[in-house]
Amino acid sequence: MPEGFVSNLYVFLLAGFLGFELIRRVSPLLHTPLMALTNALDAIVVVAAIIIAGRRGTVLSYTLGAIAVAAAFSNMVGGFLITDRMLRMFKLSGRKKP
Amino acid sequence: MNITGMDLTTVQYLTDFSYIIAIACFILSLKWLSTPATARRGVLVGEIGAGLAVLTTFFNPELVQFQWILIALLVGAIVGIPLGLVQMKAVPQRTAMSHAFGALAAALIGISEYYLHVHDLTKFQMVEISMEVIIGCLSFTGSLIAAGKLQEWLPQRPIVYKGQNFVSFSVLGAAVLAALILIFNPTAPFVFPAMVVISLLFGVMLVTPIGGADMPTVIALLNSYVGLTAALLGFVLNSKVLVVAGALDGSSGFILAVVMCKAMNRSFTNVLFGAFGQLQVSAKAAEEERTVHTATPEEAAAILASANTVLIVPGYGMAVAQAQHKVRELLDVLGKKGVDVKFGIHPVAGRMPGHMNVLLAEADVPYDKLVEMDAANSEMPQTDVALIIGANDVTNPAAKTDQSSPIYGMPIIEVDRARTVMVIKRSLNPGFAGIDNPLYYIDKTMMLFGDAKAFVSGIVKELTGGGE
Repeated sequence: MPEGFVSNLYVFLLAGFLGFELIRRVSPLLHTPLMALTNALDAIVVVAAIIIAGRRGTVLSYTLGAIAVAAAFSNMVGGFLITDRMLRMFKLSGRKKP
Repeated sequence: MNITGMDLTTVQYLTDFSYIIAIACFILSLKWLSTPATARRGVLVGEIGAGLAVLTTFFNPELVQFQWILIALLVGAIVGIPLGLVQMKAVPQRTAMSHAFGALAAALIGISEYYLHVHDLTKFQMVEISMEVIIGCLSFTGSLIAAGKLQEWLPQRPIVYKGQNFVSFSVLGAAVLAALILIFNPTAPFVFPAMVVISLLFGVMLVTPIGGADMPTVIALLNSYVGLTAALLGFVLNSKVLVVAGALDGSSGFILAVVMCKAMNRSFTNVLFGAFGQLQVSAKAAEEERTVHTATPEEAAAILASANTVLIVPGYGMAVAQAQHKVRELLDVLGKKGVDVKFGIHPVAGRMPGHMNVLLAEADVPYDKLVEMDAANSEMPQTDVALIIGANDVTNPAAKTDQSSPIYGMPIIEVDRARTVMVIKRSLNPGFAGIDNPLYYIDKTMMLFGDAKAFVSGIVKELTGGGE
């Protein structure tokens, strides 16, 4: 078994359960921003892509890595941007402002 | 090479700690997203975490060149910023595109890992890489097809043929077979590219037969797959930050998919392989003409103005007609006349989870005016007028009464229990899923035929003009 497999499995399991508990509490009102935000967080794969694109490798690994960096980073930038734009639109009525 | 001059262990520790902080930020981010009051703080903390992780990655001692990374980041920003600025009506297809990008990135990293280590891969690593690449590739093309359907570049109706499920499963089987060959012989020529191509093909075959009305579930499922891909990539690369981010994203998509399925009273298998709404051979089509009551904007305005409580039920039709701003004007003018107006939101109204809420928020409808299905139903007997704008199946009483209906058992907003029902609709043609709606023929229903935006604007004009 590759190094770290068991500890990764622990982390996966715990993060999965934590995810369930966190997401369950998100109001259905915000399900669209939720999807946009988790997309942006998932774009953290960009850190792996950066390493593939920048470390010693082959032409293939540079190319695939660079495309992956662009794809993931566009999700990160676009995802945070649109989540915030959506959330800014959610308002309470009239005088009942928080 | 090391751009900071720090020794390698120090750099490694700093990277690890910054990734741990990033993970903590992500968890807080999702926690704060739970209510609108704290949600924007959640975005900010997510940005801080992601930014920190990206910055520290630049100090990784393995990096030997930066120009391609910087160009790629620039390209990503150039593509990502417009995608973050799309109009709210385009949010479902934007979301599908971002699933495609996420899956693409993860799949490409997996592919590149395979080719870099092909000569010293263990069986176990090969299992991980194969799973990651198969799911990543199928999510990529599946999401592209979903985006194409939502953008209406592809037909939204389910595209089906005889023996489809058998063919699709054979294709998936071929991908798994290729993976098995690779596990025993990672260097087998052409098998890896074949596995990639077959998986890409399967993604197309998986989503093509699914109709537009099922898109909320499909988008949520694809979201879950993308998260799973990222988590698997974390296993491949032994990177815990990816495992956590992927698990959070995956569980989010999964929960949303379950919510959507429950809201339609259907199972995952039924959504994926049921090709909903393909051949609705309407038994009632042969039946003699049934009568409907129609009304003009003037008549509708008069009834709305004299009501005490109005429930507006929006659906995809409102999004298509871009009627939400006119609907907000209607809310304002009725509010001035002392009419209590609420919006009843069905979980699967629209094309993605929460679609209606975002559209109405865009039109400045306060979110405390939006009520969920159960709350709307419990207030229904006290509701004077239920006004349905571009929603069809989610209000179809056949879901409760007609066992032969394909949507039998689906929870609906029970507008037929309101005192008066108004339906704004282009024509009597059955809705998207092609299911006949008995609501239109009952005595207390008034059909308001016309474009949603034009009709609502007619009502508003009548109310403002006649009210002074």
